[in-house]
Amino acid sequence: MSTLIAVVLFVGVIAYALFGGADFGAGFWDLTAGGRRRGHRTRELINSSVSPVWEANHTWLVFCLVTIWTGFPQAFTAITTTLYLPLGLAALGIVARGAGFAFRHALADHPLERISGATFALSSVLTPFFFGTVAGGIASGRVPSAGHGDPLTSWLNPTSFLGGGLAITVCAYLAAVFLTGQARRDAHTAMEEAFRRRALGAGIFAGVVAVAGVFVLHADSPRLFRRLSGVGAPLLIISALCGLAALLLLRRGRPLVVRTLAAIAVAAVVAGWGVAQYPYLLGTHLTIGEGAAPTATLWVLFVVSCVAAALIVPSLFLLYTLQLRRRLG
Amino acid sequence: MELSALVGAVEPPQLLPARLQMAFTLGFHIILVPFGVAFTFMMLICQYRGLRRGDEQALVLARRWSQVAAVLFAVGAVSGTVLTFELGILWPGLMGNYGAAFGFPFAIEGLFFFLEAIFMAIYIYGWKRLPAWPHFFTGVVVTLSGIGGTASVIAANSWMNQPAGIVMRDGRVVDVVPSEVFFNGAFWWETVHMLLAAYIVAGFGVAGIYAWGLLKGRHDYYHRMGFLVPFTVAAIAMPLQFLVGDTIARQVFDREPAKFAAIELVPTTGDHVPETLGGILIDGQVRYGIDIPDAASILAGFSPSTEIQGLDAIPAEVRPDDSLVNIVHLAFDVMVGTATLLLLLAAWFAWLWWRRREVPTNRWFLRGASVAGLVALVSLESGWVVTEVGRQPWTVVGLLLTEDAVTTEGNLWPLFAAVLAIYVCVAAGAVVVLRGMRRRWQQAGTDAVAVPYGPERAPATGPRTDGVDDA
Repeated sequence: MSTLIAVVLFVGVIAYALFGGADFGAGFWDLTAGGRRRGHRTRELINSSVSPVWEANHTWLVFCLVTIWTGFPQAFTAITTTLYLPLGLAALGIVARGAGFAFRHALADHPLERISGATFALSSVLTPFFFGTVAGGIASGRVPSAGHGDPLTSWLNPTSFLGGGLAITVCAYLAAVFLTGQARRDAHTAMEEAFRRRALGAGIFAGVVAVAGVFVLHADSPRLFRRLSGVGAPLLIISALCGLAALLLLRRGRPLVVRTLAAIAVAAVVAGWGVAQYPYLLGTHLTIGEGAAPTATLWVLFVVSCVAAALIVPSLFLLYTLQLRRRLG
Repeated sequence: MELSALVGAVEPPQLLPARLQMAFTLGFHIILVPFGVAFTFMMLICQYRGLRRGDEQALVLARRWSQVAAVLFAVGAVSGTVLTFELGILWPGLMGNYGAAFGFPFAIEGLFFFLEAIFMAIYIYGWKRLPAWPHFFTGVVVTLSGIGGTASVIAANSWMNQPAGIVMRDGRVVDVVPSEVFFNGAFWWETVHMLLAAYIVAGFGVAGIYAWGLLKGRHDYYHRMGFLVPFTVAAIAMPLQFLVGDTIARQVFDREPAKFAAIELVPTTGDHVPETLGGILIDGQVRYGIDIPDAASILAGFSPSTEIQGLDAIPAEVRPDDSLVNIVHLAFDVMVGTATLLLLLAAWFAWLWWRRREVPTNRWFLRGASVAGLVALVSLESGWVVTEVGRQPWTVVGLLLTEDAVTTEGNLWPLFAAVLAIYVCVAAGAVVVLRGMRRRWQQAGTDAVAVPYGPERAPATGPRTDGVDDA
């Protein structure tokens, strides 16, 4: 049962990485879109594609947090008492980002519009970085079972920085792929071409970071490296192949196929992390079974997840379909 | 819990900043809750009227309100997320020991929040191109999810007041009875209390803005309806809130005697306890209050001979400080006092309406109505102070002391300062945004209004997508 809930938790993490990640990446492109006039079209595209969906995408984070604290309370407090600095910074980033985005929307032609836009864009880049360092800290076993690990080295270390860098590049890559499709649906050729180039650049960059990461992990987190190159290897290969295929098909492939390939590439990396951790929640010292809540609690979580699958998935499908068919806005 | 071990324990240095930060972020978030939970209901009333009677002005109101709701919902969503982080960062003792027990109501809340976020998006962005009635029903889903989400959060909160449904061994939760956790003793009434509060705050708050317009002479149909719909909702909820609040007070008397003693400012156990209005506790003595003889006993048990447990009945090791007791008592007085003013205002409205059957023009009534939202907010905040501070020194009554729940990590003051700074910016931004909306709407007037439904008729002035400029 505890493994099942761990899988549910990881599905949430993957969903947040995909949907939340694409939104964060949109903020990255917003930040780098250029000045007020030059970046106007880009920001418009980002606005219209992110506005209706970002709150739903953000909810995956809440889902992950409540699942971990209910299902694995000991691991949750171990993480929060160790990695409270990057977590606190990420929380602040989330406030700045959400408020900045919502306000920019409503502040058309107001002097504060640019400030709130910049806040949104900047925190869109910083927040995934902090989440990445958290993931790196957990993955490299720097969170002790009893918590209260080193507040600095737990996230200021090579693996965490790899996680942070990978988070930013992966988000940018995902967003560029999604926005290419969006621009194509809008029959906005120039924009489509611009985002295709960005997707290529970000994809290649993410690949480079990932390859560099191999060496980082080898030196900094030997166990993670071993597991990733062992049981995790098939997933990483899938990820690399899908990522490559998505980049090659970017020009001519159908948007849906390209988007799916890009999503699989990202999901496979995150899943690889999960597989490499198994059967441990934290390092090699707290297993999923040891850290789990009583069975009754896990059952409630399981039932809630089933209800969520029955209610949320069709609702999300409805939201995305309406959005893609341009019925919202 | 070995109480004797706690005697002489020094309060951990993190306790003060942690409590201040939690109080601040909760207090901030709770202002936004009514607009997600209850404001959407008023929006739907207008939309229903608009669709049923072809009332375009009602549709304009509904659409504009949905834009306000969108901004406040966004801020509420992110400030709510901060709270989930804070539960872990500030209170690891609570989440580590009891997360397995009372954590799952939050999972259920997450479910409702998910639905709310999805359908809120469809509702807000669906005005132009969705068919009318399906669009209306997406709003209904928002309102229902708001109610479900509130109930779930209150389930977790009320569990901390009256914990139930757990099996402990060696200080650890080893088994859970989910239904007893969720539907704990305090659940039902606290939930209804909070829901009514949300409808009251949102109702008076929104009506107040239109009351201000009416005072300024904008006595058109649009402003009258903008006032009437939310004010009526709040005015209906107000007397119900008194009944519910009274019931809760008696329940607290039965099940949370320590909190009741603080609320009523009762230092020593006894009967014929007077109701003390105002007043503070200094060195165990009540000073400066106005006493109504026997009233507390009568309210608690319908008889002057009802015995009320005083603060002296609480073991000295866990007895709250005088300062905490004073905060609880004064917050309770403020809550009841402000609520009484609002009840009188609601009664005045009923009287004026009954005589004339039209929106009152009495200037003093409108002045009162225009500040009623702020008064209701004070009432809501002080109500939360009563329940949260009233639990002290416990986080989970009888099980976990607040000083054991708080983190021992790091210096929390810088984090609190950062939170404060960013929230001040967010609050200022929200005010600027809402004022900007109002100004645009006033310039647009209420007559030159596009019909919200159907395909766009005129070419839009720009590819703006948020609909702010086309109402």
